[in-house]
Amino acid sequence: MENKRIYMDYNATTPLRLEVGSAIVKDLEIFGNASSMHEAGRAAHARVEAARESVGKLIGAPAERIVFTSGGSESNNTVFQTMLLAGEGQNRNEIVTTAIEHPCVINSAEFLRSRGMKVTFLPVDPDGKVHFDELRAVVNERTLLVSVMLANNEIGTIQDLRAISAIAKEAGAWVHSDAVQAAGKVPVDVDKLGVDYLTLSAHKIYGPKGVGALYARKGAPFEPLIRGGHQEHGLRAGTYNNIGILGFGVAAELAFAELASYGHDLARLRTILRDGFIERVPNIKINGHPREVLPNTLNVSFPGAEGESILLHLDLLGIQASTGSACASGSLDPSHVLMATGVGPELAHGSIRFSLGRDTTEQDVRYVLDTVPPIIARLRAMSTVN
Amino acid sequence: MSEWLYSNMVKDHFMNPRNALMEDEASFPADGRGMTGNIKCGDQMLILLRIADDRIVDLRWKTYGCASAIASTSMLSEVVKGMSLEEAYRIKPEDIAKKLGGLPDNKVHCSVLGDKALRAAIDDYLQKTGREGLFKEESVVICQCLGITDKDIETAVKSGSRTWEDLQNATKIGTVCGGCKDKASELLHGFVHIYGE
Repeated sequence: MENKRIYMDYNATTPLRLEVGSAIVKDLEIFGNASSMHEAGRAAHARVEAARESVGKLIGAPAERIVFTSGGSESNNTVFQTMLLAGEGQNRNEIVTTAIEHPCVINSAEFLRSRGMKVTFLPVDPDGKVHFDELRAVVNERTLLVSVMLANNEIGTIQDLRAISAIAKEAGAWVHSDAVQAAGKVPVDVDKLGVDYLTLSAHKIYGPKGVGALYARKGAPFEPLIRGGHQEHGLRAGTYNNIGILGFGVAAELAFAELASYGHDLARLRTILRDGFIERVPNIKINGHPREVLPNTLNVSFPGAEGESILLHLDLLGIQASTGSACASGSLDPSHVLMATGVGPELAHGSIRFSLGRDTTEQDVRYVLDTVPPIIARLRAMSTVN
Repeated sequence: MSEWLYSNMVKDHFMNPRNALMEDEASFPADGRGMTGNIKCGDQMLILLRIADDRIVDLRWKTYGCASAIASTSMLSEVVKGMSLEEAYRIKPEDIAKKLGGLPDNKVHCSVLGDKALRAAIDDYLQKTGREGLFKEESVVICQCLGITDKDIETAVKSGSRTWEDLQNATKIGTVCGGCKDKASELLHGFVHIYGE
């Protein structure tokens, strides 16, 4: 038991898949500059373009609309930077996003606000959903961009993006979705969702860190965040990250092939974990939408026990998860996502996110179900609140 | 396991808390009771003292909070057991952090509640025995989250704090909910005026 290691933090990052690692190792000697015309360059170029196909396929997009970036944060920043320039001096210059976005979207939106653009952070309901009437109330002929994440990283709630896009489109706004957490876990199709921009990250789907992608629909404005050479059709300068990109391609290819079974397996384990907690730990709250939720993400609040303390007890027993408690973040504020769902600071401080993945077994889930209740009971016993 | 977030001493006190009250409060009839902190801010502490001849002969505590909050209260409880009330009253959070082998910078605020709860428990006892304010100069709690008083602000200014940032570095005031900032800034400026720019 002492060497037991159960990783349940796949929403933070995933391990590199064996197949991805092997592909990278096999092609490590592909050192050429993918922009060069000679053989070394062509070898690199071929791999970059194959990866572009695979990444496009994962989200139903043509390869030529995929721009490789350094990751999700860069992709999101690129969209907001583009909007800053597209909105400058125009009547249409307002941004609508949500209160539960990833910090890279929230801080990018705040930056635009500091540059004089009007930014609205839509509230969410207790399940973490954006309401259409609230969206309709703020979207109008001045709205330049509506940016709503497809699935939330902390609570897993999936938005009805198709309907959100339709409302935004009706007003003539561009639509962006951060799909970093959704891709590979649930079907993502840029046409069905009706988005103009979509953000992806390799390391959330068992690919390498430091590589991501931005889908941009033909005709949608695009301003490079990094200017320089003509790579990525001039949309993102910098010598191609051959190794990262080819790894991303393999990861995307596998994620697409395994999408249905992966989601199904995880949903089964998540249900066992959720029902087990409800059965074994009194007075808890399951956060996120009861049905429209990522199959791998279970966020639970344990009132009376503080998140960091729970997390460290779990860590010492080999279980690796994450918490929305302020004490674990260093920011001193509890999770902005949970606060936006209105659970209140007590429940936010006592929240733990279990995010499952490829290597999670039913045995792991049972171990967690055996391990957590006594930790909670102990922390509650010594707590000032019961 | 790779390097832990905290010192081994913190880990030991977190995993094996000393003098923690695992039953309800009624199971430990006490002479003095002090509670501080706020669940909303993420930590709250209760200290129950048994006192004889103005010495702490036994005590129990309860804490809602992170590992450093639990470990700090545990260490505090070991340190003050057997102390005279006056000695215990003068304990500073730095003394406890030091005994724990230090705390990460962003965790120091978690350790400042224990001594506040302890002083509240001693004050409670003194009040019950008709000696209210024996060790205390009159003070008013300004930062409800961390139990920081006007006296603490005055002390910080005396020791060199001149700006809000100085004051925060010295006391961690306003680092939790921030609700006290206006009141605290006003006091800060007042004390800076008294003790010189």
